[in-house]
Amino acid sequence: MKKEVRLMKGNEVLAEAAIRCGADGYFGYPITPQSEVMETLMELKPWETTGMVVLQAESEVSAINMVYGAASTGKKVLTSSSSPGVSLMSEGFSYIAGAELPCVVINVTRGGPGLGTIQPSQSDYFQATKGGAHGDFHLIVLAPNSVQEMHDFVFDAFDLAFKYRNPVMILSDGVIGQMMEKVVLADQRPRRTDEERIAQDGDWALTGKTPDREEHVITSLELDPYAQEKFNEKLIAKYAKIRENEVRYEEFMTEDADYVIVAFGSAARICTMTVEMAREAGYKVGLVRPITLYPFPTKVLHDLAARGVKGFLSAELNHGQMVEDVRLAVNGQAPVEHYGRSGGAVFSPDQVYEALLTKIINK
Amino acid sequence: MKEELIIAGFGGQGVLSTGKILAYSGVMQDFEVSWLPSYGPEMRGGTANVTVIISDKRISSPTLQTFDTAIILNQQSMDKFESQVKPGGVLIYDTNGITRHPQRKDIKIYTIDATEEAAKRGNSRIFNTLILGGYLKVRPIVTLENVYKGLKKSLPERAWKSLPMNEEAIRIGMEIIKEVQ
Repeated sequence: MKKEVRLMKGNEVLAEAAIRCGADGYFGYPITPQSEVMETLMELKPWETTGMVVLQAESEVSAINMVYGAASTGKKVLTSSSSPGVSLMSEGFSYIAGAELPCVVINVTRGGPGLGTIQPSQSDYFQATKGGAHGDFHLIVLAPNSVQEMHDFVFDAFDLAFKYRNPVMILSDGVIGQMMEKVVLADQRPRRTDEERIAQDGDWALTGKTPDREEHVITSLELDPYAQEKFNEKLIAKYAKIRENEVRYEEFMTEDADYVIVAFGSAARICTMTVEMAREAGYKVGLVRPITLYPFPTKVLHDLAARGVKGFLSAELNHGQMVEDVRLAVNGQAPVEHYGRSGGAVFSPDQVYEALLTKIINK
Repeated sequence: MKEELIIAGFGGQGVLSTGKILAYSGVMQDFEVSWLPSYGPEMRGGTANVTVIISDKRISSPTLQTFDTAIILNQQSMDKFESQVKPGGVLIYDTNGITRHPQRKDIKIYTIDATEEAAKRGNSRIFNTLILGGYLKVRPIVTLENVYKGLKKSLPERAWKSLPMNEEAIRIGMEIIKEVQ
């Protein structure tokens, strides 16, 4: 049977996907431009159908700690917020990563710093990809660029979160959150029982000690420095495995490209049009869109540079964050420049084209 | 086929919902669509606009600087968006409350007195479907049949009783739109 195509906002789709992937709980606190996530959940009342809990906490700090608690029982739980709210949650990310727990965090970003604006921005790239709180840890970060990917990545994020027992962030922005596009929703998946989860993902959660197993301890505290170091080495080995196995990206017209734009999320949509404009003008330009921001698609950029790409432009809705990762990947083989706008201002395809000409092609 | 449209006016005029009906009509015709609202501190009485793209190909950028068509419903939006219509493009506006009419000579200009027509019929709720009808007369990018389907899809079931009224408003809108240049 052909699936129904619906026209929905990115934020609404996040809520639908959370229910349909069989999530056990959502804890959040409203903030523009993602308030529709919880509004839609409240409207859909999943507690009456799948039994999923939806709870508005009294603050973001509280919401992330509810996620921490629920995740320690092995439940499939998520939260969503926007930039300033995510900063409030960041202490929790470190604790959750330190306790090796799975959860999904959605950041529909807006302009900063501080309370900033409510318009779209990508200035939380550093925060999302470099840990975002204290300690040697990483979030896995997925960057959707369409309403359909907002849907699909909720499923992918939970799969990754449980596979690695690590928090996963979906880093979206106000454009993708607020826009409506066609989307095909997945069929409802049942919520997992504890037995199913143990069979699929192992027996580590706090489900009540039974005589036939050892006790499970969930904590991020270790007073013995050598034990903490050993644990950190285990985490680092996990991140190495993630970097090896989970890199995702999309290439557009890079096969014969002399110049490559690197952009993620909504900026990548805009830059696709820039590539079309440049091609029409006779320049061989391509686009690499990182889908996972951590792990970053280092190899493809390195290989493109080695193949002879003459210059890279990292186009971001910020003042130069991902460009650092692009430079590390290209490693001096070709010039890497940045173009961006920030504070909630969004660049247009022709502004990126102008920057490409002045900063890379005609330089 | 690709139509890049902006609808701009006051919050409360049905700017966003007009865009939604049109986007849903595009879905009904198997086109790709995107609908992106301004979501600043706009509210009733403030300015609001929505960018709608309907295309037979995958849509790249959902944000635009220039448009094939602009539907303009207040003076602030005229001041802001007249210059953003592509040469050869279309500008449709309701003359109600407009003190400075469009000056451009390189675009097609239409007026639709939807505020007046809705008032004459004592039904302000049909304002945006009158506008939609006028637009469809000038830019028949989707069939009327699919517009009716899109209209139904974009409304919650409790509002379906208003469908015949809105369908009629679309037909009236098609009749009252006037070519200026």
